[in-house]
Amino acid sequence: MRLLIAIFLAATPIRAAEPHPVYETDHFPELPVPAVTPSDRIDEAVFTHLAELGIAKAHPCSDAVFLRRAYLAVIGTLPRDDEAIDFLASTDENKREGLVEHLLQRPEYGDFWAMKWGDLLRVKAEFPIKLWPNAVQAYHKWIHDSVRSNKLFHHFVQELLVSSGSNFREGQVNFYRAMPDRSPGGIASTVALTFMGERAEKWPPRKLEAMAGFFANVSYKATAEWKEEIVFFDPLGDKDLLHKRAIFPDGTPVTLDPGREDPRAVFAGWLLRPENPYFSRVITNRVWSWLMGRGIVHEPDDFRTDNPPSNPALLAVLESEFIASRCDVRHLFRAILNSRTFALSSIPEQDTPEAAAQFAHYPLRRLEAEVFIDAINQITGTAEEYSSPIPEPFTFIPEEVRAIALADGSITSSFLELFGRPPRDTGLEAERSRTNSAQQRLHLLNSSHIQKKIAASPLVADAAGGADLKATAEPVYLTLLSRYPTPEEIATLKAHVRNSQSSGKSLATDLVWALINQPEFYHNH
Amino acid sequence: MNPPIHHPDTALARDTARIASALGGAPQSRREALRRTLFGSAGLLLMEPFVIRGADQPIPAGGAAAKSVIQIWLWGGPCHIDTFDPKPEAGREYSGALDAPIETNVSGVRIGQLLPELAKQADKYSLIRSMTHGNNGHETAAYLVQTGRSSERDVFPGLGAVVSYFKGYDAGYEGLIPPYVVLTQPQGRFSEAGFLGPRYKPYATGGNPAAATFEVEGIVAPGISEQHQRERRNLLAGLNTLGSALPGDATIKTVLDSERQAYELILGDAGKLFDLKQEPDAVRDRYGRNTFGQSCLMARRLVEKGVPYVTVNYQGWDTHKQHFQIMNRKLPELDAGLAALLEDLDGRGLLSSTVVWCCGEFGRTPKVDNESPWNGGRHHFGKVFSCLIAGGGFKGGQVVGSSDAKGEEVVDRPVYPADLIGSIYGQIGIPSDSPLPHPQGNPTCVVPKEEEGVPTAGLLKELV
Repeated sequence: MRLLIAIFLAATPIRAAEPHPVYETDHFPELPVPAVTPSDRIDEAVFTHLAELGIAKAHPCSDAVFLRRAYLAVIGTLPRDDEAIDFLASTDENKREGLVEHLLQRPEYGDFWAMKWGDLLRVKAEFPIKLWPNAVQAYHKWIHDSVRSNKLFHHFVQELLVSSGSNFREGQVNFYRAMPDRSPGGIASTVALTFMGERAEKWPPRKLEAMAGFFANVSYKATAEWKEEIVFFDPLGDKDLLHKRAIFPDGTPVTLDPGREDPRAVFAGWLLRPENPYFSRVITNRVWSWLMGRGIVHEPDDFRTDNPPSNPALLAVLESEFIASRCDVRHLFRAILNSRTFALSSIPEQDTPEAAAQFAHYPLRRLEAEVFIDAINQITGTAEEYSSPIPEPFTFIPEEVRAIALADGSITSSFLELFGRPPRDTGLEAERSRTNSAQQRLHLLNSSHIQKKIAASPLVADAAGGADLKATAEPVYLTLLSRYPTPEEIATLKAHVRNSQSSGKSLATDLVWALINQPEFYHNH
Repeated sequence: MNPPIHHPDTALARDTARIASALGGAPQSRREALRRTLFGSAGLLLMEPFVIRGADQPIPAGGAAAKSVIQIWLWGGPCHIDTFDPKPEAGREYSGALDAPIETNVSGVRIGQLLPELAKQADKYSLIRSMTHGNNGHETAAYLVQTGRSSERDVFPGLGAVVSYFKGYDAGYEGLIPPYVVLTQPQGRFSEAGFLGPRYKPYATGGNPAAATFEVEGIVAPGISEQHQRERRNLLAGLNTLGSALPGDATIKTVLDSERQAYELILGDAGKLFDLKQEPDAVRDRYGRNTFGQSCLMARRLVEKGVPYVTVNYQGWDTHKQHFQIMNRKLPELDAGLAALLEDLDGRGLLSSTVVWCCGEFGRTPKVDNESPWNGGRHHFGKVFSCLIAGGGFKGGQVVGSSDAKGEEVVDRPVYPADLIGSIYGQIGIPSDSPLPHPQGNPTCVVPKEEEGVPTAGLLKELV
């Protein structure tokens, strides 16, 4: 086997192209055979499969690209200029691993991944989910704490599945409230989507009915406090005796006795076994798709027999890493982020859909709406005003709260809507849009919203004071693109100065505007 | 209408088609893709860049009379008895100083005394004096009037979004200007695209059409000359280092395409539509040199170019205090702008294909509140209000329904929001049972069915 891999690796077509001077490097630590670290095992699975398929992989990305990619993918935040300068100057051989470790501990990690989970767990105050603001805060806080403390994933799901209590006090019970359809079948289909990555509407109806039996004793009651609701297990709540017909989704029969045990706990006991194929591979595939821009099973919430993984061996590696770490999501992050695969350039050697599906290069991904506006605010030193319209009087959110940290999906802005923030109605990953449109371009190119931010930016003032063009351009490039300008870019700027007679503040404004409008700025690449 | 232009530049025509689809912000539909494959750019060659269906083209199949809708939204809730349902006989406790309504050019129909220009146009519109829904909260009532529903769990789309869904990009609309335009500020969360999603949200112009330069959000930037725009565009292209490194990349291609489309509006002819200086001074004066008047003029220019839905959001009607002072200021603005719009549309042969409806989320308490701190104010009143409706095949000179002597109760022929909305859909060729794509897949029609518990008293058959 070892020999076979070596042959395949050697058979990979050799690239004719030289590495791109800005975005690529030719330095790439050899992949040891056999693989040593979890990251090595991931790369082995990816590269072997690429070789088998005769697909050439991209060059490794440059340090500047890696820095920016890791920041945006792990904490949804742009590196500051000083962070870029330090990282680029560092001669530490392990600086990329060091950066990954640093990012996994940053407070923004909690914000960003609580946002991501907020989409899937439908954290919003208003229609059609209607959690109500206090409950949103409790739910978000529970998610945020769980993410920050790296709660083991099976504990995370267990708590969501079997909790009872007040929506204002036990945040996680809002899982059972954050669904438009609270019937046993509605709950079962939400559970299937969220944790099993399957769409119950594609199931035979009998399968969903059989799963509904586990959720037939979930009940809700109001209290004297306005909008408070208790989610609880009611042994007598299953009026239609659905539990008598309960069968696990894999076809295993079960006998439920709601008088003795909460059927939700029986279901959780079945689901949350690491070796359960409905469990580990779904979350590992999700994490992979979040970091790599595409699932091995694609879409990551559409597992079914006729939608096979693009690389089964890779999925198996991730699954076994996850199980070996006892469901440690951060361990999985680390393994993927330190892989050579994550660090491939986004300039494809072979630009085919197949190469993309096999992770032969890193995809271009338009920044999430929240990440995008936060990045613009960070570089221009400005802020947005967010407010919650219910209950009246409106609740205003402090200026320093970033969009990725907003708890409530109902709190929004026209920018967030325009750039595809998900409505959080269904829990589907595809609710979030990352496409580019002319209306978005119009906003970025020419709206007063963006123009005012640029005008107010201290960066413009700084850059305007530069002694020469290079001194003007460098802080802007480092702040926006986390890299130094190239000689060609300086020459383009020089030509602009010649043609437009632009100088000082107006030149700096033009440059900041031009870089905000570069695909390099608003895509993770 | 101008004769069709045979455009020599195929690439430009193709761009036009892409702009149309990309301004919607979502991938093109299969139907759109199919149509484009079938007709390619050859079909587009026959079209003027942003005219879709000219006024002289036959009514589309299905017999729809209307091609466009202009919604004049009196945001805050105008008082019905001071405008279209005067009650001088109720005494000054009710009518306040506005107790001398005037005759219109339709015999027997009187309207408020501050609306003399509209009085001369009464043969062009009809008045519904029995609008009712009973809700007195701004947002809920605005949602009710514009969606016809009071649903608790789902957010339904408003009229504009529904028209955009059925008559916009998915239905072959090719305009550079988005199919649903709001002048100038959007109403926000309860009155827009609902579950249809952002593709059907309105394009809100921002800016002020009555200002020296109408700074249309994204299209006309303050303080940047055209020359400077062109220089910036060159700089932008010159600095696209990543784009040059990825020549075949599909994402980069989309970026560059959308950029070209955006520049068509920023620097090309399409954006000039918003330049009101192209209108003769006399026309601009007739509409009134204020934000509302010039918005009405802009609305005419938009429907003239085939935009299916235009909303003019006219703020400032929530008059709990200083009601009569505010009416003295606002009603003449409303009078001039709306009357000029009706007359102008009619003069250009556009009124027969354009529905104009004017209404707020509710009426106001007919009895004046003279207590402190209101000192002559009127409050929210969802039980009775009025709506003006004209054009697009709706009869003029009619009065539908009535309220009692004090304007406090509907006496006959109640008209619920769903009835009004359904009637407008009917005129623009969207049958009441046209399905909406409900997010949970529940069968849902544009006009709510009786079993949904939505009150209805039937479509406005008397007006068509």
